[in-house]
Amino acid sequence: MNSAENNSVCSNEIDASCRVPLLALFGGAALWLVLGLALGIAAMLSFHKPDMFADCPFLSFGHAQAAANDLLLYGFAIPAALGVTLWIFARLSQSPLALPIVPVVAANLWHVGVLVGTVSILLGFSTGHPWLEYPRGASVLLFAAFMLIAVSAVTTMGFRLNRELYPSHWFLFAALLWFVWSYGTANLFLVCNHPPRGVVQAVIGWWLTNNLIFVWLALAGVGIAFYFLPKIAGKPLASSGYALFGFLTLVFFGTWVGIPQSAPVPAWLPTVSAFGALLSVIPVFALGIIARKTVWGAKVPCFGGPFCFIRFGMLSFIAANLFYISEFCPRASRVLDFTWFNAGVTQWQLLGFAGMILCGAIYEILPRVMDRELPFAKLAKLNFFLFAGGTLLFVIPLLIGGVEQGMKLRDANIPFADASAVALKFLRISTTGQLLVLLGALCLLLNIFVMTLQWKLGLLKTVVGVVKDSLVEGSAYRPLPGDKSACATLQRDEEVKP
Amino acid sequence: MKTGFCVFLAAFVALGASWFGFVYGPLKQLGVATETKVLQSDDKWPVQRTGDATLGLQVYRANGCAACHTEQIRQTGAANELSLMNLGVHQATDLKDFIASLLGTVPELMNFSNAVAGNLAGWKGELPKLIYSGADDTVVLLLGDKLKAVGVKTEARVVATGADIARMGWGVRQSVAVDYLYDSPVQLGNLRAGPDLANIGVRSPDLNWQLQHLYAPKSITPNSTMPAFRYLFTVKKIGAIPSPDALKLPLTQQPNEFTPPPGYEIVPTAEAKQLAAYLVSLKNNAPLYEAPFTPITAAK
Repeated sequence: MNSAENNSVCSNEIDASCRVPLLALFGGAALWLVLGLALGIAAMLSFHKPDMFADCPFLSFGHAQAAANDLLLYGFAIPAALGVTLWIFARLSQSPLALPIVPVVAANLWHVGVLVGTVSILLGFSTGHPWLEYPRGASVLLFAAFMLIAVSAVTTMGFRLNRELYPSHWFLFAALLWFVWSYGTANLFLVCNHPPRGVVQAVIGWWLTNNLIFVWLALAGVGIAFYFLPKIAGKPLASSGYALFGFLTLVFFGTWVGIPQSAPVPAWLPTVSAFGALLSVIPVFALGIIARKTVWGAKVPCFGGPFCFIRFGMLSFIAANLFYISEFCPRASRVLDFTWFNAGVTQWQLLGFAGMILCGAIYEILPRVMDRELPFAKLAKLNFFLFAGGTLLFVIPLLIGGVEQGMKLRDANIPFADASAVALKFLRISTTGQLLVLLGALCLLLNIFVMTLQWKLGLLKTVVGVVKDSLVEGSAYRPLPGDKSACATLQRDEEVKP
Repeated sequence: MKTGFCVFLAAFVALGASWFGFVYGPLKQLGVATETKVLQSDDKWPVQRTGDATLGLQVYRANGCAACHTEQIRQTGAANELSLMNLGVHQATDLKDFIASLLGTVPELMNFSNAVAGNLAGWKGELPKLIYSGADDTVVLLLGDKLKAVGVKTEARVVATGADIARMGWGVRQSVAVDYLYDSPVQLGNLRAGPDLANIGVRSPDLNWQLQHLYAPKSITPNSTMPAFRYLFTVKKIGAIPSPDALKLPLTQQPNEFTPPPGYEIVPTAEAKQLAAYLVSLKNNAPLYEAPFTPITAAK
């Protein structure tokens, strides 16, 4: 890590500048995570008892599943990653967050957008494009909010003292551009009055899905892991040269994956995608190896702490993305397409990789930003075990069930009902795992909300104290506790020095 | 990577390239597609939907039906088939000997003698009789001509192969891009928790069947895992004039769990009727240039 950053006198000030924006982003993200997982469980109930929601359209599988998936991606993963990005940029720049009010406004816009989108899907106003279900009103809000946060993040990055960019910079900065372009394109083409004719819609949808679920999550997750792993392990990142190789191969190859092999489109599209998937094995391994080498031999006491989260996340990065790539292998796709396998892989990418790394990062950042200990440190540890066990229990049955279902689907002599029934017993185990993940998410939510509450009570006390003092003594201004003006002067002096 | 501009450039070029490949390219190639011709016919494909069916697609979208159902048929290859349709003046046993002698003497046919002989083993003269099915068209063309010369009527057909097509009623050819020309949004789906629907309009063309299946899937398929969509129907008291739309549940000896209470009828909402009309409009049965096959009615 930057030596200059460790010497920085005022990391307190930097953390304090991030406090309100990060609380707004993380608090909402944790809430959406809990709601998304709960809705996902509600959706799966339709498979355990089909007629459960026969009279209740909002919770039928088609409504609830789409809403749940979008909540995990747009509700949880993206705002949480943006929050962590803001903090990492501020820390790497050794300067307080630029325009701190902008991300606060943006976070609220974003959460309103997610709320509008979710309610719209549940009411049947989904656009019908996978991972782009939010109707126009909601996606405009999301886009605007993202742009605002990106402005604040890039400005903070521009204020950096050390001009050399750290690898996390590349990944997180590219992620900002990536989302704006792919989400913007998809919305302009698909969620407009005159969408293109026919199957082009599906092609653009697959392009977006791949760029969000594979490339964006990889950029954000790996960028965050590359900041925290060296810090926690107390060793430098294992060669930023390799990291550059991993970054470039990820952006150049990863973005060509995504068109299913069975898609009813001209053959060149799936063929290019299969080739892109083959090449994407390189960044997946390269980035995994860098993470491994960085923490290799580091004696980090790890019992459910942030390090565990991020390490599990990087292992999931390799495993989940290799499974993802296998979906685009022409031979394997004949079995895997149209089965639960794809759903399992996506959940692994979202929860096992991105979710894990983001939770680890939030637990690492929150105490610093709030300048107080986690209220329930034990629950944070429990969160890790619930997440790790729950995710594996959630996705692995889906993968195995998917393969078995696919094998049966391939044999026309096996009645279709048997092929879909074979997945049911796997779904039962999978829902149990989903429940564990939900419990883990509740731990996160509880920690963040109690922390916010404590902070707000503290603020209230201070304000009441100040008002009381001024009423009683009528005295002149006294610095508030936590006033960092002394610190700011100190830092300015530092800057002047050569 | 010293400056933000380098990172921006790398990401810009990388994503820009895939944007050109996967967004701009398909827009130029497929976005301008128009109706195509059905093979050996003047009909156009795809057929524009009726108003109800067009609205039905929106009901399909709103209820997220694509979460469990795909609308795409996969095909692994194609086969040429030769069948005997009419033996003319010949007897089955004589013809068998004649074909065996052809297979033994004509050099081009020798490679296929086992396949054809295997199909003919135990044949007593039932018609039509499939005598060859495979990727090669030599047998179909050559043997067909030789048999025609002696007055035997044969039929040569091109059929699509694959597990999806072998499932009865799922479709006779692969789905191709032009099939979705009139769909917006295109609902391809990526999970088969329920069966594929690309050809449901040929498989189950009866509107009442579709409505009954939506109302109570288990009344039709007892082990169905599909949820009932009762919220698309209203159960109401039969008035002076019974509703003409009321669901005609199959008459059973005694009322079961699906039948409404006596004096009540189940009336589909407008959405249910539109959805059923949409389902009935889903067909995958026209031979196209990019997905050829010989329709069963077109005998040679």
